[in-house]
Amino acid sequence: MITITGLSKSFQTPYGKVDALKNINLEIKQGDIFGVIGFSGAGKSTLIRCLNRLEEPDSGIIRIGEHEITSLNKSQLREVRKRIGMIFQHFNLFDSKTVFGNVAFPLEVAGLSKRQIKNRVEQLLELVELTDKTNAYPAQLSGGQKQRVGIARALANNPEVLLSDEATSALDPKTTYAILELLRNINRKLNLTIVLITHEMDVLRRICNNVAVIEDGEITEMGPVQELFLNPRTDTTRLFVQSDQDLQLNNYSI
Amino acid sequence: MADDLLPLLIVALSETVYMVLLSTIMALALGLPLGITLVVTSKGHISEFSGLNNVLGTVVNIFRSFPFIILIVVLLPLSRFLVGTTLGSTAAVVPLAIGSAPFLARIIENSLKEVDKGKIEAALAMGAKSITTIWKVLIPEALPSLVRGITLAVITITGFTATAGAIGAGGLGSLAIRFGYMRYRDDVLFATVIVLVIMVQLVQWGGNFIAHRLESKHHIGM
Ligand SMILES: Nc1ncnc2c1ncn2[C@@H]1O[C@H](COP(=O)(O)OP(=O)(O)OP(=O)(O)O)[C@@H](O)[C@H]1O
Ligand SMILES: [Mg+2]
Repeated sequence: MITITGLSKSFQTPYGKVDALKNINLEIKQGDIFGVIGFSGAGKSTLIRCLNRLEEPDSGIIRIGEHEITSLNKSQLREVRKRIGMIFQHFNLFDSKTVFGNVAFPLEVAGLSKRQIKNRVEQLLELVELTDKTNAYPAQLSGGQKQRVGIARALANNPEVLLSDEATSALDPKTTYAILELLRNINRKLNLTIVLITHEMDVLRRICNNVAVIEDGEITEMGPVQELFLNPRTDTTRLFVQSDQDLQLNNYSI
Repeated sequence: MADDLLPLLIVALSETVYMVLLSTIMALALGLPLGITLVVTSKGHISEFSGLNNVLGTVVNIFRSFPFIILIVVLLPLSRFLVGTTLGSTAAVVPLAIGSAPFLARIIENSLKEVDKGKIEAALAMGAKSITTIWKVLIPEALPSLVRGITLAVITITGFTATAGAIGAGGLGSLAIRFGYMRYRDDVLFATVIVLVIMVQLVQWGGNFIAHRLESKHHIGM
């Protein structure tokens, strides 16, 4: 479904060149929930933003489905982007639009008729259980509700892939689980491929099937999630697994 | 109160309102596209284009470094060319519009810059065109702040019209100088000041009211 070959990306900063991604190779299967975990600054966001070219890769090839993302021109890229949903840590909802207006926006962009838009928005709000908030503005919603709007908006044009950059990092644990539950249901119902960035092991354990550990712009470990937990091969992974176990112990002792 | 005062004031006020309205509309016609371009061509924005951004930024700065009274004098030939005269309210609109456009462009630039880049990226990630993102996301998201900025610009332009009055533009500024100052008519001077203050207050109230209405819709509970 998604293949990444030899992906590199660096940034010029006043302090010199930062190699955010170094020769990344990755394969993600159709219908998978694929986690990418790593410490702050490891390159997770850069990686996911390269997938829809919010960030232009320096080199490498990215394929999603039948499209070679890295060789599309601007207007082709816009078309393909309509089929790649994205959700964000800070939701990035439009404050000037109602819940309806937010979810309708990608449908307007895709050129649907008013009637089609209305039907589709109703469907989507039902899916994320926000029908009663149709006419509310984002400022009137809780964090979890905002992210539900974000998810509905991302799913509007029936994407094949959903990109999630720390989508639950601004939420409390209970809301996080509810959102993860929603993502898993959508994944099953729609056979949607989800690429999910996180720095929380708990998120990985709850919904991801496969995972890549990224460190300093390089993938250091990759495979099924259970394997990572059972037999971490690098220090970073061990650190993640260890901190996760500490956390669980803490939770039990409360 | 002299009985010529009221007719004088009414004529002067209507000239001032005419100049302010027309200059604001024309300054917006120039300043809005300029402000939008300054933002969207800046680094990391919708259509980054640093060459154009630098050129426009420099032009705006050059115009803004002119004291307004000098700008009027410099632009007099343009008024003569466009309006056929350098006297009267319509002639004054030319330097007023050109003089306030760069200022307005900067105000608009600042409002639009405040819009979270994440929202813009969200729109682009959905496959929206740059132009759609500007009209359907960037401007609506900045609207309360734009209204406040434009209100400030209208008040500044009102001040400019009074300055322009000094060199034959007509309006309240001209009335204050011709009668109040040169003919020692304190009653006229005093009345023009009152009328100007009321006018500025009304503009400010109106602007605040609209901005507040927009904000309370978008930011309840924030
Ligand atoms: N636009 C940019 N300009 C310059 N440097 C950047 C830019 N974006 C990212 N970087 C750098 O690239 C590296 C990777 O950043 P990235 O945002 O991908 O990390 P991350 O893994 O998502 O971290 P976090 O968990 O904090 O979000 C960092 O060193 C960062 O400073
Ligand atoms: Mg990040």
